[in-house]
Amino acid sequence: MIRKLLSGDLPNSRILTTLLLLVLLGLLLTPFIFPGTRAMNVAAKICVFIVLAASYDLLLGYTGIVSFAHTMFFGIGAYGVGIAMSRFEPGWLPLLLGVLAAMLTALVLALLLGLLSLRVRTIFFAMMSLALASFFVILASQFSDYTGGEDGLTFKLPELLSPGTQFLDEPWLGVDWNGKTLAYYIVFCGSAALFLLCLRVVNSPFGRVLQAIRENDFRVAAIGFNPVTYRTVGNCLAALLACLAGALYAIWLRYVGPDTVLSFDIMIDVLLIVVIGGMGSMYGAAIGAAIFVIAQNYLQDGMKLLHGGLEGVPVVANFFHPDRWLLWLGVLFVLSVYFLPTGIVGKLRQRRK
Amino acid sequence: MSDTLLQLQAVHTHIGPYHILQGVDLHVPRGRLTMLLGRNGAGKSTTLRTIMGLWQASAGELTLEGASIKGMNTADIALRGIGYVPENMGIFSDLSVRENMLLAARSGPIDRQRLEWIFGLFPALRQFWEKPAGKLSGGQKQMVAIARAIIEKRKLYMFDEPSKGLAPVMVNSMIAALRELKQQGATILLVEQNLAVAHALGDTVAVMDSGRVIHHGSMAELGADAGLQHRLLGLSVGAH
Amino acid sequence: MQTLNNKLSQFIIPLVMLAGLILVPNLPTWITLTVAGLAMGMMIFIMASGLTLVFGLMDVMNFGHGVFIAIGAFVATSVLLSMAGWMQAENAALNLLAIGIAMAAAALVAGLLGWAFERIIIRPVYGQHLKQILITTGGLIIAEQLIHAIWGPEQIALPRPASLRGAWIFGDVAIEKFRVIAVVLGLLIFIAMWLVLNRSKIGLLVRAGVENPEMVETLGYKIRRLFVGVFVVGSALAGLGGVLWGLYQETVSATMGAQLMVLIFIVIIIGGLGSVGGCFAGALLIGLTANYVGFLAPKVALGANILLMVLILLWRPQGLFPVASR
Repeated sequence: MIRKLLSGDLPNSRILTTLLLLVLLGLLLTPFIFPGTRAMNVAAKICVFIVLAASYDLLLGYTGIVSFAHTMFFGIGAYGVGIAMSRFEPGWLPLLLGVLAAMLTALVLALLLGLLSLRVRTIFFAMMSLALASFFVILASQFSDYTGGEDGLTFKLPELLSPGTQFLDEPWLGVDWNGKTLAYYIVFCGSAALFLLCLRVVNSPFGRVLQAIRENDFRVAAIGFNPVTYRTVGNCLAALLACLAGALYAIWLRYVGPDTVLSFDIMIDVLLIVVIGGMGSMYGAAIGAAIFVIAQNYLQDGMKLLHGGLEGVPVVANFFHPDRWLLWLGVLFVLSVYFLPTGIVGKLRQRRK
Repeated sequence: MSDTLLQLQAVHTHIGPYHILQGVDLHVPRGRLTMLLGRNGAGKSTTLRTIMGLWQASAGELTLEGASIKGMNTADIALRGIGYVPENMGIFSDLSVRENMLLAARSGPIDRQRLEWIFGLFPALRQFWEKPAGKLSGGQKQMVAIARAIIEKRKLYMFDEPSKGLAPVMVNSMIAALRELKQQGATILLVEQNLAVAHALGDTVAVMDSGRVIHHGSMAELGADAGLQHRLLGLSVGAH
Repeated sequence: MQTLNNKLSQFIIPLVMLAGLILVPNLPTWITLTVAGLAMGMMIFIMASGLTLVFGLMDVMNFGHGVFIAIGAFVATSVLLSMAGWMQAENAALNLLAIGIAMAAAALVAGLLGWAFERIIIRPVYGQHLKQILITTGGLIIAEQLIHAIWGPEQIALPRPASLRGAWIFGDVAIEKFRVIAVVLGLLIFIAMWLVLNRSKIGLLVRAGVENPEMVETLGYKIRRLFVGVFVVGSALAGLGGVLWGLYQETVSATMGAQLMVLIFIVIIIGGLGSVGGCFAGALLIGLTANYVGFLAPKVALGANILLMVLILLWRPQGLFPVASR
């Protein structure tokens, strides 16, 4: 049954399986094991980023397309929820409509992007996606009536998901069961479902054609599959998945803003996660996302210590300043592209074979 | 041997997973025109490209004037004294004819006398001297390609199907040009499918099939033996 | 039809200027805007020309090109801040000399960095576009962080020298002094590039190499050396452009390179990948459009350039002045 759930894509490595189980259980039982708002925030972010990274890997690792517009779709999903909940009375219908509207927008933009780079030559597509994403960020800040501009939008969710709604008067098993807990489990289940969907896609005949196109699109065309169609569908799928991830994130945060859901910093983060974790490996994206978000939140404390220790040494100290963690990640990223094309997870899986 | 300018021994070339040259043995005698014949896909172009270093030989020996050129990069091999005209001519369309020739003149400015000689062979070049090479007709481009290869004296000239797609009158100009080149004592390796050209110019001939040289001999001998022609090439000299 | 398109491309800059004249009712304003647009365009041309030439010649798209812009700007900032005396003086000669030294330093450092970048980051991934994009983006991330580590996390102010502040006033028309310098410099660089490309053997090699690098090698030239040379020059130019841009904005920040990349991509796509002339036209077009639209409809201004790119791509998918390529 597990096989069917994972679409036949078993981890095949004891280390990997252990890590995956750790992540899964950790996320599932966060409210129980890690009390406190900060932990839940980190956990929710991990759930969302797993989907974001997995859907990006669909593009990068499996289809061989580099896109800089992925966070744009993420932002569209988030803003879909945010705008719907701000303009209308918070209820399930507007929420659903907001998500659907966001998905439609994402689909249209993904198609447009594909159309403009019909040659879908890797380089051209990457440049166009960058331009499109920039354009969107500009739009979001210009139409501040709708989007709240630089400040973003804070909004309420339907009653059931509100933190004020108490399900049990007394905490049970150490957890305060209220709307926020429900929201967390919706995010968790939603992310899990979307991740399993990603696994399904990449292990299907469609996914295999995508991988073939990545290797040699002439040959694939010769067999009779149209690479452009497959790439476009892949692109749209990834966009929709990112969009849904964004919607989930907005439901958790009850806030959307350009820095939180649209910024290029997030795009870079996702890029780093997928490459270091493993291009062409869903599990790599998942583990990578988990480690990244945890590190982002807790590693900096560790770096502060290191930085403190190097106080005396002039320039070198700056290299270990907690804000500079991206430097080391960047180096790891470049090294991964050279030496670990299948990422850390790929290396783990290879060992088994 | 000092009268062999270029020698290939048991040369293999792999292109990706494909094993194109499967043990080519070839010697090109100095001062003669050697024809490289064979059906489509026999490996003739690949042989020339391997000599030029555009594909690296995976096994075997290649020597030019006794010195090994295996593993050298293309520019260095060219500087050893080879003038090469590839199958697709390699004309720079955005550059004028003059600029194309200028690039080919490695040792400095173009030799006026040599240029006049070339204009004599291909009068149209003088007319199109300053025009972008891309605006020329197919036949004229071929002239530019050949002129580029012969603008300076080279130890070895290699031409890959120079008559392909040319009108008969152009082919005659080309044959005349190569004949004059021969008279100057040049060593030429010529790949052709047009047997009339082969018969008009060839001294020695090597026939390729499936990545190997299957026959080596004089042109006269091949021309006289219709049976041999038919076996090797599937056609006869008279057919063109 | 094709010749009509070609002719139209050649006249597009004057056409846009004319359109601006019609839409902007006020002649003095139009002059100010046009000079501003040309200045902006020139600076972007200087920064972008290296990128497009490298792509045309080496089939390498350096997503980290912004690195050289930023480094050039920061090096110049350090130099100029240490020459504060010369910069504050009302003496035009001293000011220009100071800027000249800063630009030379910026170009030198950027060029050296370019040499290292080509060697270490780009050479291993020739021909692999996917990896190129990833690695050069990684290079950009690392460089940005290095700038933060060396120069600190804040933006640094870079005031213009005393004699270049303010504007010349002719009747109703105000023309910023610095912008004129930018236009003059840009023109000089463009003319120099044009001369090298069209009147020298190296330029010949570059133009031939853009079309068919393999054939250039069979003619006996080591194309690898040409690649490195062009890459280094392109990086140095980017550094130079960075200095000008820093003085134009009067501030430098570590993210300036990455931010300019979008604009630069738009310019080289509009102009035609690999074409220096196209890059020049595209840059001026973008500069003029940004300024005209910025005046007429400020809300749309930032997005106008992207819309322009889309329109041009729909008309001419290969860009305004496509080059013959492999």
